Amino acid sequence: MATEFKIPELGENVEKGDVIRLLVKVGDVVRVDQPVVELETDKATIEVPSSVSGKVLEIKVKPGQKVKVGQTVLVLDPVVQPATGEPTPQRRSSDPNPQRRSTDPVPQAPPRAAEPAAAEPPAPKPPKPQPATSTSTSTSTDAPAKAPAAVVDITSGRAPVAAPAAAAASSAAASASASAVPAAPSVRRYARELGVDIAHVAGTGPGGRVNQEDVKEFVRAQSASGSGRRGAPSTSTLTALAAPPLPDFTKWGEIDVRPMSNIRRKTAEHLAQAWRAPHVTQNDKADITALEDFRQTYGPRVEKAGGKLTITAIVIKVLAAALAKYPQFASSVDVAAESIVFKKYCHIGVAVDTPNGLLVPVIRDANRKTMTQIAVELAQLSQKARDRKLSLEEMAGSVFSVTNLGGIGGTSFSPIINTPEVAILGISRTSIEPVYKDGQFVPRHMLPLSLSYDHRAIDGADAARFLRFIADGLEQPLTMVL
Amino acid sequence: MRPASDIMSNSVQLVVIGAGPGGYAAAYYAADLGLSVALVDPEANPGGVCLYRGCIPSKALLHVAKLIGEAKHAPAFGISFGDPKIDLAKLRAFKDNVVQKLTSGVGQVGKMRKVRYIQGRASFLSPTSLAIDLVAGGTEPLTFEHAIIATGSRPASVPALSIDSPRVMDSTGALDLPDIPKTMLVVGGGYIGLELGSVYAALGTKVTVVEMTAGLLPGADRDLVAVLARQMDKSLHKVVLNAKVVEMKDTGAGVQVRFDGQGLADGDKSQAFDRVLVSVGRKPNSAISGLDKTKVKVGPKGFIEVDLGRRTAEPTILAIGDVTGEPMLAHKASHEARVAVETAMGHTAAFEPQAIPAVVFTDPEVAWCGLTESEAQQQGRKVEVAKFSWGALSRAITLDRPDGLTKLIIDPGTERILGVGLAGTGAGDLIAEGVLAVEMGALATDLKLSIHPHPTLSESVMEAAEIFFGQSTHVYKPKRKST
Repeated sequence: MATEFKIPELGENVEKGDVIRLLVKVGDVVRVDQPVVELETDKATIEVPSSVSGKVLEIKVKPGQKVKVGQTVLVLDPVVQPATGEPTPQRRSSDPNPQRRSTDPVPQAPPRAAEPAAAEPPAPKPPKPQPATSTSTSTSTDAPAKAPAAVVDITSGRAPVAAPAAAAASSAAASASASAVPAAPSVRRYARELGVDIAHVAGTGPGGRVNQEDVKEFVRAQSASGSGRRGAPSTSTLTALAAPPLPDFTKWGEIDVRPMSNIRRKTAEHLAQAWRAPHVTQNDKADITALEDFRQTYGPRVEKAGGKLTITAIVIKVLAAALAKYPQFASSVDVAAESIVFKKYCHIGVAVDTPNGLLVPVIRDANRKTMTQIAVELAQLSQKARDRKLSLEEMAGSVFSVTNLGGIGGTSFSPIINTPEVAILGISRTSIEPVYKDGQFVPRHMLPLSLSYDHRAIDGADAARFLRFIADGLEQPLTMVL
Repeated sequence: MRPASDIMSNSVQLVVIGAGPGGYAAAYYAADLGLSVALVDPEANPGGVCLYRGCIPSKALLHVAKLIGEAKHAPAFGISFGDPKIDLAKLRAFKDNVVQKLTSGVGQVGKMRKVRYIQGRASFLSPTSLAIDLVAGGTEPLTFEHAIIATGSRPASVPALSIDSPRVMDSTGALDLPDIPKTMLVVGGGYIGLELGSVYAALGTKVTVVEMTAGLLPGADRDLVAVLARQMDKSLHKVVLNAKVVEMKDTGAGVQVRFDGQGLADGDKSQAFDRVLVSVGRKPNSAISGLDKTKVKVGPKGFIEVDLGRRTAEPTILAIGDVTGEPMLAHKASHEARVAVETAMGHTAAFEPQAIPAVVFTDPEVAWCGLTESEAQQQGRKVEVAKFSWGALSRAITLDRPDGLTKLIIDPGTERILGVGLAGTGAGDLIAEGVLAVEMGALATDLKLSIHPHPTLSESVMEAAEIFFGQSTHVYKPKRKST
């Protein structure tokens, strides 16, 4: 009897990806946990390990194809078992990427996708919104059906197509999901106009019928929770973003239209949401003249360890101390529950500029790491980001983010908070400035710092204190332990 | 809102290409919402296939056919009219008059809305401009902010059946009523073939219907079709299933047709007919000149690809109606028209009906909406089906038309009405209640608890719901379901 290997759960809210390449071919004998297909999901490239073993009889997907959780990838003959010890010959064996080896020096495990048994199967239509759980919005498998109006097929992030292609692909799902919602046409329109996916609204009527009050209640719960991200499909976010039609630019000259990459699309969606938090930006400057000497002196030592003693690495360590003293900067606002969530862990996100777009890998437990450890880890994560090898886990869980544009220039900027975090620190370029000290101007290295914070969670005075604490920490490190 | 000068300028906010029931509905709705609108179509008035060559003329003729049928049946009530005398020219005039009345009426309400009607054919010059070849001669340029393509469909042809003979007609030709042939072959047992076949049969033609598949009206539930088929067996000369036409030849005296397929005796495999009506489906009119100058995408079956808001891949251009896909029905197009206009105006509109009613205007009529029983089977979806036969329906008995069936497709878990099917006289009007039930997410209880007027055919819907609960007044059935 043949068995099938299906795409397992890939991570929270990740339900699909594009096949980049297949790591096995027909006739190969596959072990459990052997990576068999490489997928590009919204932000990460993932090698998906097989959950079954056997000889590959048939490969059901092709590179470039979009696959969903639960979709069959391989048909295998389980009778043929791989020889123990040496894995089957495969292209992967010469892969320089060390992350799968047991001697892996990288502390972060690659995304373990092979846990379908434990993971809940993806419900095609959640019966009700689940305000208790949330993170990122991801285009759900039946998004084409729910998307009220997508000009660009955002599910592919590739070609600007009208939905029909997508609709045709999932027409069964579409009709099933559409007919699964009992609601009058007027109620469905009402929901649509509010940008609510009615499939997420719990109906209180007989037979689960959704009435207008149910939709209103859903919207109340959503807006109370501070973001419309939870039930609404990500598509509506993007559609809202694209709402005003563009003029015909060709009237004024030649143009070139390129579809958004997955990362660009996700960034656009996320930032459009993040922007809704009431932002204030506090600017300050830290005198890092002494710190520069420290960097000169101890930089080589860190370099020997495999890292680089950058301002970012140092700031992350200072931030760990600052967050311990001002825990509200590592909080999240849960308006629905009328509460503030304080996180007792200290994972700090670092914005990394990559050729593919902005990515934010996360340094875990920065408070428990030395500056050298942080510097080494930062170098590794940045490299992975540029190589698109970051796992989704490596980009999740931050309580606060840092973005350093100093390497490029600038004197200050207003970073957008990486919601559901409540603050972000922007760093601009150090400049040598005259500082009036002891009756005269002296040249000092001044580091511009810009703290954007969510005014719902943080008062202005606290923000000024927090930023001053960081500046003091950079100027006089002992103040942190004072 | 709209400056008067716009009406004569060469620039509009919305142009609608094609003035069928989708196109004129879009144009008028947009005008009502305050847009400057042009409507382009080669005909003298709006109406499209529906009014000129489809729904409307065929229904005028089917009404007459029904009258003839009832008169024929009248001796059963003790009343005899004798054989009908048919003045074909007058019948044609009646039909043409109906068409004329409706198309000019539709044109009139367009003028009152100040919709600019341009009689001509449009070609795209760019995503925001058209050239219109005027029927009166000359070309007119037109720029627009949005365009809605509503070019509709035309009868499909099969190469083997496309012979150059006036005896071989499509639905358009058949509606012209050139004569009353003695014999006619209808190729295709879909709704167009059956409707027009019924008309000719009522006028006295011996009509043979040949259908490739195993049954008439592919797609409809078989129990509904059975009601119609029983009547067709009486009114038509012959219904041949599982057979197809392989060759046709105009012999001068008629059309010699060669069939292939089971269910035909060898002697019947070649027959002569005075006329042949080819009704094998319809094809979208998507070969619009200059469409390649836009990003509009046409799919493999010739349908223009659109999203839920009816947008094509070109942001300024939307499309509705037959040209965007099945089912090719006027009421679907009119509904899409409103969605498209709202989308063009920046609203979040979507075409996502729960039920698109289908009606076959034969006698008896067949109508259904929402999920059919056969679709449920194909999807492997568990449903309960409650059927009420019109033999127990008082109104049907008073009409001497007990040949009817009302069925509800019900979700067993929630008792929600997922689909409704009807066969019987007046089914086309009765289905409206089914559409409302499905759209509103009504439960079987809702239909049961709504008082239906007595004695009417609509009671069958209520009684079917009662049957679901094993409580129909007029049918005794053991309990199926405890409440």
